[in-house]
Amino acid sequence: MRGFLLNRLSQSLILLLIVSVIGFVVLNLLPGGPLAQFGLDPGMTQDDLDRLKEQLGLNRPLLMQYLDWAWRLLQGDWGHSFRDGAPVLAVIGRHVFATLLLMGTSTAIAIAIGTWIGIRGATHRYSLFDHIATVGAMVALSIPTFWFGLVGIYIFSLRLGWLPAGNMYTIGDGSVLNYLHHLILPSIVLSLVHVAIWSRYMRTATLDAISQDFVKTARAKGLSERRVIMKHVVGNALLPMITLAGVQLPSILTGALVTETVFTWPGMGRLFLDSLGYSDYPVVMGLLMFSAILVILGNLIADIAVAIVDPRIRLG
Amino acid sequence: MVPSIQAVAPHDVALSVRDLTVNLPEGMERAHAVENISFDLKRGQILCVIGESGSGKSVTANAIMGLLPRVIHVSSGAIHLDGMNIIGMPSDKLRSLRGRVVSMIFQDPLSALNPLMTVGAQIDEVMAAHGVGTPKSRRGRAIELLTEVGLPDPELMYHQYPFRLSGGQRQRVMIAMALALEPTILIADEPTTALDVTTQAQILELIREIQRRKGMSVMFITHDFGVVAEIADSVVVMEKGHIVEQGSAQQVLKSPGHPYTRRLIAAVPHLTGEDRVPLETANKAPILKVEGLVKTYRSGSSLFGSQRVVPAVNEVSFDLAPGRTLGVVGESGSGKSSLGRLLIKLLDSDGGGILFEGRDIAKLSEAEFRPLRPRVQMIFQDPFASLNPRSTIGRILTVGPVAHGMPYAQAREEARALLAHVGLDAGAFGRFPHEFSGGQRQRIGIARALMFKPKLLIADEAVSALDVSIQAQILKLLDQIQRETGVSMIFITHDLRVASQICDEIAVMQKGRIVESGPPSQIFLDPQSAYTRELVAAIPGEQPGSTRPVAANG
Repeated sequence: MRGFLLNRLSQSLILLLIVSVIGFVVLNLLPGGPLAQFGLDPGMTQDDLDRLKEQLGLNRPLLMQYLDWAWRLLQGDWGHSFRDGAPVLAVIGRHVFATLLLMGTSTAIAIAIGTWIGIRGATHRYSLFDHIATVGAMVALSIPTFWFGLVGIYIFSLRLGWLPAGNMYTIGDGSVLNYLHHLILPSIVLSLVHVAIWSRYMRTATLDAISQDFVKTARAKGLSERRVIMKHVVGNALLPMITLAGVQLPSILTGALVTETVFTWPGMGRLFLDSLGYSDYPVVMGLLMFSAILVILGNLIADIAVAIVDPRIRLG
Repeated sequence: MVPSIQAVAPHDVALSVRDLTVNLPEGMERAHAVENISFDLKRGQILCVIGESGSGKSVTANAIMGLLPRVIHVSSGAIHLDGMNIIGMPSDKLRSLRGRVVSMIFQDPLSALNPLMTVGAQIDEVMAAHGVGTPKSRRGRAIELLTEVGLPDPELMYHQYPFRLSGGQRQRVMIAMALALEPTILIADEPTTALDVTTQAQILELIREIQRRKGMSVMFITHDFGVVAEIADSVVVMEKGHIVEQGSAQQVLKSPGHPYTRRLIAAVPHLTGEDRVPLETANKAPILKVEGLVKTYRSGSSLFGSQRVVPAVNEVSFDLAPGRTLGVVGESGSGKSSLGRLLIKLLDSDGGGILFEGRDIAKLSEAEFRPLRPRVQMIFQDPFASLNPRSTIGRILTVGPVAHGMPYAQAREEARALLAHVGLDAGAFGRFPHEFSGGQRQRIGIARALMFKPKLLIADEAVSALDVSIQAQILKLLDQIQRETGVSMIFITHDLRVASQICDEIAVMQKGRIVESGPPSQIFLDPQSAYTRELVAAIPGEQPGSTRPVAANG
């Protein structure tokens, strides 16, 4: 186990290094450069810009800038936003809660419903239910999320007026109920795609498990069909799903670009888009590193979880 | 046809099958999986149901367990279990019989146990499902069962996960599970087919011993007349869904009445103990000379310690003369397959030399070896997995030679000629692998290897996946090809009986080493090492004094 973790850690560090170098270079290749936004201010003279460049250290060679940034990052200083001068970590912290709320809810919905649909589709293969689930998943996957979002807003907010059209809460009303009210539409829209993906994978995994010999053994023992499915099939079918969940885990914190934009949800996806538009390089780089770390963590957690559940890996 | 008997089976019959017909879904090659079959399993006896693949023997077993797949239905007939007709019985009633009145063990013990549950929990589950005992009493009973089937350290075994156990141990766990509620009838579906020959002998002994002690009735499904000779009291022979012959083991083995039975018995490879007449060749210099070959598998990372080192092939040396066949036999894990892969350089060796026609190929790089590749060819075990399902037979045969520079027109002509040679019609050229049976596919595999006009053929378990009658045909084909082309062969197998049919010389491997080598007469009649003796003694149906099957005379 120790060897495994050390191995993983060294791999992760190399990965982070590569991601940061590529991110840094590509970002600086973009036309306009970090000072373009400042240049839009009519009061800014070329002298001001040069002074600013000097202050921010942007006149140094790119390699020096990168090394300086990386060194500070290692010490826990992720830099300051160009927009408001706030520390990058604080900016991320402000948005992470919104994303966690939305993504956490929709992922929970997606896993619960997707698992159920997948198992039922596999145990009742080629039944009406299975066919509807298959077609439904296809539809949910082929129609873009923003369309569902807009249609949802049109029906439930504009026509029926049941649900708010956007934002996380009504200003001046921070009650839990108010948050929940705002959460319903975006979390359902967001979970549509995830239910589709999850149910398809779960169906395949269940079919794989159901054709295994030990399932026949379980039936030959005289177990009830319910116990055969719940204990022997689902347990084994969920193993590969843990890895899939690990891949999806980072998105819970890094957010959904499209859905957050459609519903003006103040999460990480929106922050990323806004920061890009504003050429706020420190924040963009911070978000990049943040999601890279999450991807690594997600996979690590999934591997550890699989090891805990699967005795062949835990003890083998 | 046996006249229909409607009355409830008499008391001395544990299982009675009457006029059973099971339909297959439409569009299959035949309408019925089994048709109008009737047989009885007497109390306290072992009934062997024997047949080749597609004979309907497993369908019969599943029908008795009430475990037929949804698309397959019993259309008529009756199955009396302990006097109760189970056809048309409601499913929950049927379920209460499974595991309690009739239980079953399966062919592949490696996949028949749930990998996520401990051995103890899986045994406990049978009793819990039928509402027997308290958790504490069930635990005691499980440990008792584990002791009974001869597993070491039952207390520890109770908490073990299946992956820690060997194939033989897992099959013992399956048997313990099946015995948990002392069923009247035990159905064993090829329970030893996936096991090594020494393990097979132990499991057969265990089943027979338990059957006697408990007076249980056993329905034993097999394809191997050797196994039948070992344990059967009576025999049912099935072919394509029909029972062609049934009777006592003595009667069926000694004087088989039906031609199919005779053919099956004749096809069982026997230890000949006779040496092959060697092929006359002009050149006596060995085509292959292996010296001190070593391959060691390492797992885990050496950087952080905890490395596992397994010597798969350990200081192996032998010579092979042109036109001769060397058999490499051994149990799983003996290193015989690794040896085959080393010789064809699918694996890189860690030491020693492989002199092919006087040139050491062990040290050659992939690029240097490539021109030699056509001369060393392999025939694989699984004829279903070793042919690309998306390629036509023609393409499978010609793609290699064309890559090595043969003009396509010539390759096509040779491929057609070879297909005819291995006993397929030339029309096979444009067809796809799925249109052929297992035996035909193995012929295609052989034709593919021969396309290169090799000097050395390596056959890794080339007949293990085939039915015995097909096995005999393929062995004959290989023999004929060797006599015509003078190709040398290395025949890797776990089955000593098969090796005795085709080999001039046999090398017995154990734990990566050759423990004994010599002509078949020495290996089978006068084995020098203890391990060889053990292997030979474990061959089913070959012990002196047992009901030895006789070859059919015509």
